[in-house]
Amino acid sequence: MTDALKSSETSPVSGAPAPVLKAPEGGDASEARSLASDAWRELRRRPLFWISLGIIALFVLMAVVPQLFTRLDPTAASLSRGSDPPEFTWDGAWFGYDLQGYDIYARTIYGARASILVGVFATILTSLIGVVIGTISAYYGGWLDSLMMRVTDIFFAIPFLLGGILFMTTFANDENSGYFLIVGKVVLVLAILGWPSIARLMRGSVLQVKPNEYVQAARALGASPWRVIRSHILPNAMAPVLIVSMINLGAYISAEASLSFLGIGLTPPAISWGVAISDSLTYIETAPHMLIFPSIFLSLTVLGFIMLGDVVRDAFDPKTR
Amino acid sequence: MGTYILRRLLLMVPVIIGATFLIYAMVFAMPGDPLAGRCGERPCPPAFAAKFREQHHLNDPLPVQYAKYMGQLAQGDLGETFQGVKVSEELSKRYPITIRLAVIAILVELVIGVFAGVLAGIRKGKFVDNLVLVSTLIVIAIPTFVIGVLARKIFGLDLGWFRPTVSPAAPWSELILPGIVLGAISLAYVARLTRTNLVENLRADYVRTAVAKGLGRPRTIGVHTLRNSLIPVVTFVGADFGGLLGGAIITERIFNIRGVGGYIFQSIHSRDGVAVVGAVTVLVIVFLIMNLIVDLLYGVLDPRISHD
Amino acid sequence: MRGTTRTVAVAAVSAAALLAAGCGGGDSSPSSSGGSTAAGKTGGAITVHGCTPQNPFIPANTNETCGGDVLDAIVSKLVHYNPDTAAPEMDIAESITSTDNQTFTVKLNKGYMFTDGTEVKAKNFVDAWNWNRNGVNGTLNSYFFDVIEGAGDMDCGVFDKDQGTGENDPKAGDPDCKGKPPKATTLSGLKVVDDYTFTVKTTEKVSNLPVRLGYTAFAPLPDSFFADNGKAFGDAPVGAGPYKLEKYTKGTDMVLTKNADYKGKFAGKVDKITFKIYQDTDAAYTDVQADNLDLLAAVPASALAGEKYKTDLPDRNLVQAIGTFASISFPSSKADKSYDNPKLRQAISTAIDRKTIVDKILAGTRVPATGWVSPVVDGYKEGACGDFCTYDKAKAKALFDEAGGYTGKMTIGYNADGDHKAWTEAACNSIKDALGVECIATPYPDFATFRTKITAEEMKGMFRTGWQMDYPSIENFLAPLYGTGAGSNDSRYSNPAFDKLLTEAAAATDGAAANAKYQEAEALLANDMPVIPMWYGKAVAGWSTKVENVKVTPFGTFDLTSVTVK
Repeated sequence: MTDALKSSETSPVSGAPAPVLKAPEGGDASEARSLASDAWRELRRRPLFWISLGIIALFVLMAVVPQLFTRLDPTAASLSRGSDPPEFTWDGAWFGYDLQGYDIYARTIYGARASILVGVFATILTSLIGVVIGTISAYYGGWLDSLMMRVTDIFFAIPFLLGGILFMTTFANDENSGYFLIVGKVVLVLAILGWPSIARLMRGSVLQVKPNEYVQAARALGASPWRVIRSHILPNAMAPVLIVSMINLGAYISAEASLSFLGIGLTPPAISWGVAISDSLTYIETAPHMLIFPSIFLSLTVLGFIMLGDVVRDAFDPKTR
Repeated sequence: MGTYILRRLLLMVPVIIGATFLIYAMVFAMPGDPLAGRCGERPCPPAFAAKFREQHHLNDPLPVQYAKYMGQLAQGDLGETFQGVKVSEELSKRYPITIRLAVIAILVELVIGVFAGVLAGIRKGKFVDNLVLVSTLIVIAIPTFVIGVLARKIFGLDLGWFRPTVSPAAPWSELILPGIVLGAISLAYVARLTRTNLVENLRADYVRTAVAKGLGRPRTIGVHTLRNSLIPVVTFVGADFGGLLGGAIITERIFNIRGVGGYIFQSIHSRDGVAVVGAVTVLVIVFLIMNLIVDLLYGVLDPRISHD
Repeated sequence: MRGTTRTVAVAAVSAAALLAAGCGGGDSSPSSSGGSTAAGKTGGAITVHGCTPQNPFIPANTNETCGGDVLDAIVSKLVHYNPDTAAPEMDIAESITSTDNQTFTVKLNKGYMFTDGTEVKAKNFVDAWNWNRNGVNGTLNSYFFDVIEGAGDMDCGVFDKDQGTGENDPKAGDPDCKGKPPKATTLSGLKVVDDYTFTVKTTEKVSNLPVRLGYTAFAPLPDSFFADNGKAFGDAPVGAGPYKLEKYTKGTDMVLTKNADYKGKFAGKVDKITFKIYQDTDAAYTDVQADNLDLLAAVPASALAGEKYKTDLPDRNLVQAIGTFASISFPSSKADKSYDNPKLRQAISTAIDRKTIVDKILAGTRVPATGWVSPVVDGYKEGACGDFCTYDKAKAKALFDEAGGYTGKMTIGYNADGDHKAWTEAACNSIKDALGVECIATPYPDFATFRTKITAEEMKGMFRTGWQMDYPSIENFLAPLYGTGAGSNDSRYSNPAFDKLLTEAAAATDGAAANAKYQEAEALLANDMPVIPMWYGKAVAGWSTKVENVKVTPFGTFDLTSVTVK
């Protein structure tokens, strides 16, 4: 949501000079690897890990091959059955029909694709930009750091929704926009406005890892900056970003719904939960089933990613063991 | 300390200029003639259009418009909207309302969020902990506009506990429900953040020392652990305050609050660039100052950090 | 025009608002007055749903409901529209007469006073109309005065060449009021005869001129207005109406109090009317339920669904047919040639199941259109569209095949800041189902973007259009929309036969003959189908427990003079 997104944008760690998650202290690359295997061993024993992974796998599968879940056509409307409530017979519409008379079950299944695409790509893009900027900024320091951080501040200071509305109004879809262009724009707007928090987080994290002896030793031995970053800094500084990104993934999916609520998110022919939710909000009292099912799917997906972020975080933090 | 603050204030200048220019350019680039929506389904009379454009400097190219605007801004003049209202006048009426709303949201976040977080943290793995974790997850996962519309319906209308919409004066009491809605997601984050840090700190050496010294559990948690655990929370909340001011567009709309968010939204739709940039400039400044305050507070809370 | 624009202004503020304002139409039986007791007592204060006026309160610059509703209570005009039937009745005018439909003699009633203490005289009209039409003043409603002789001489000269290369620089043909001021400062067609009489000469015959004179832009202006070109007036308007503007707190409310000196026939009953400004109609609706707001003229979509408003506001709601018309327009051939075949356009019209859409999507708050003219106006004739407005899948498909089919996908554009998504999508689905062609409802983020594309003839595919009457006349539903070169002719429709019938109708000396000509013109539209009629509007209004005798006019606004406090 609007407000949500903003908040999630500035989420747990955003402004924090010190990341919530402490990077592991000491250790070199091989130690980092053993940390990963430790974490894996730990993770395997956590039921929550498997549950969240299961949820995510299910929705990703839904996004990739929705045909596995339903044989119905999500674009087949029959207005005469519009808003009809669920019917619990063997071959009835278990989720009911929406305002246009689309089968809500089929719509919800097919809606996974847009939401997952938005979530995954927005996360990848924000993390990529954020990690690159944050790492370079922290590693080199000096004027480069100042410059990059000011640019980060500029983007960080623009309220998310406002920036989103402006962007989507300026680069509006028209009658020729195809599916991937429509989804791509939402991804882009989330990335443009979302990367600063990741950059700050990454910078803080790298600054913490940088003074460690193994990093200093590597630099003293003449390793190239790229090598130091790749094999010593990144493995030890990435954890907070990974976890926050996983949580943000959920927030981005939710943010897409907010943009849709304001009339500027995904547009047809894309089918999305966000659009379904905001469309049915008007009928919250007269036909609640139209709102409930996409909401549940959306919330479950967000839940899956946040829960996964949670357990992975626990597993990677040596102190919680 | 003084030089630190001065340095930070100077650093704000390029950020403010950059952010306003970015917004200005985006507003400028928005498709759609501001005049197109003004005369309904027919074009405006040419004489009206010409007068309108001249009055609002719409004939100038972007850099000139922006320079004119910044020149005015430097003299403290935020300009006039298309409706002939002074932006500063409008903002001075709307900001207090939005600030009240944000303050309530922050209080809700802090009080309920920290309480829930502490409860969960000291009972890690127990029922309360799981309850907090699950409920915060659910809050994060449900879109704000759904929460807002439901809250207005249930608590405002059906139960009658709160006024369903806020009156023009927007007194504190009427902003409680919108404040809770606005703060809900952040509340969930605060609770989780508090819990996480508390759990971590409870295992720290100094806590074990304190316990070994024979200090009681409440005192250990209250004095030693909580203080340290709250540092990230304060940072988060501080950054959030700036964000809440501008991010309340949906909440303000649902509860008919005459705040800044709704103003910006309307102004974007009417292509009123001056109003948008004016409101955002103030927003950016508030945001940056909040961040500065947070950093200063940080030093107070954590003696290891010094700004000298 | 006004109506439409009004719709628009509301839409810009809140999505839900548009629904009620932008469509509607309906059971024209004036079951309207919702109040119980006959007259009700006088005095007391009421609150009315309002929105932020887009312009200062100058009649010639007010073309949207937010300012218009307020202004209408403040000013009196020559003609007053009957709140039940919209029929014009004499107000300030004692009589408006003409022998040839080209020269009109207006006689005024004596004793109407402006709230600044001066009397309303003939020159107040003539001066006002001259000012309104003067190009130098660049008013929004200047085109209403185009019919008066001499209007052309009041336009500013135009630039000979582009002034600079910038996108926003004045182009050749744009007005240049500084360099080339208008030739005349008065309309030659207006003559003051004596203090209470003036004459109006029009450029050509205009049989319905008296009906038009009830529009806000024709209001008289006091002498004080011209002292500073309306600057002070814009904030503190001075009218001769039943109410006066006491206080306007921008962004919050507008407070009107009774005009103690009002001498006219249409005095109000309550002492104080407060227009409360809302951003969101849902919020206003909630306030009506909680008795925090008294009058809401447009119940939001959420309450229309399942006729929820009937249980929320039992005996406190009414449905009133209003003069609005919703349609789907085809692009001009310059923008998109693919819809040029009239057969194809008729096929699409026949493929839309208006009734089911109205019932399922719009909660029955519209009346499926059978033509292009609203039933609330004099001259309405049912069935102008013939079979093409009756859903018939087989016939639609046959017409479609006859027209040679359609390659590619069809689109219906709409502005996303109004409540148009659901019905445009349903219309598309109906077309898709009947014709077997892909159809997608395509949103444009807001009205400004949407209109810019249409006006620039860059809109490809079909798009939604709407119209709200300026004055209650069949002419207002035809001439401004389908006349060659008319201001709101979005499809750039041009048919000499149609234009000719309009001219003949305007010249007709008796009303019935004029109407017959207009109906003939309307019938031509069925052959060419430049625009698909969708439905006529209905206003669904609701009110609090504190008021009674509530009435909604065919314009979709409250009749503020009849409402009383319990």
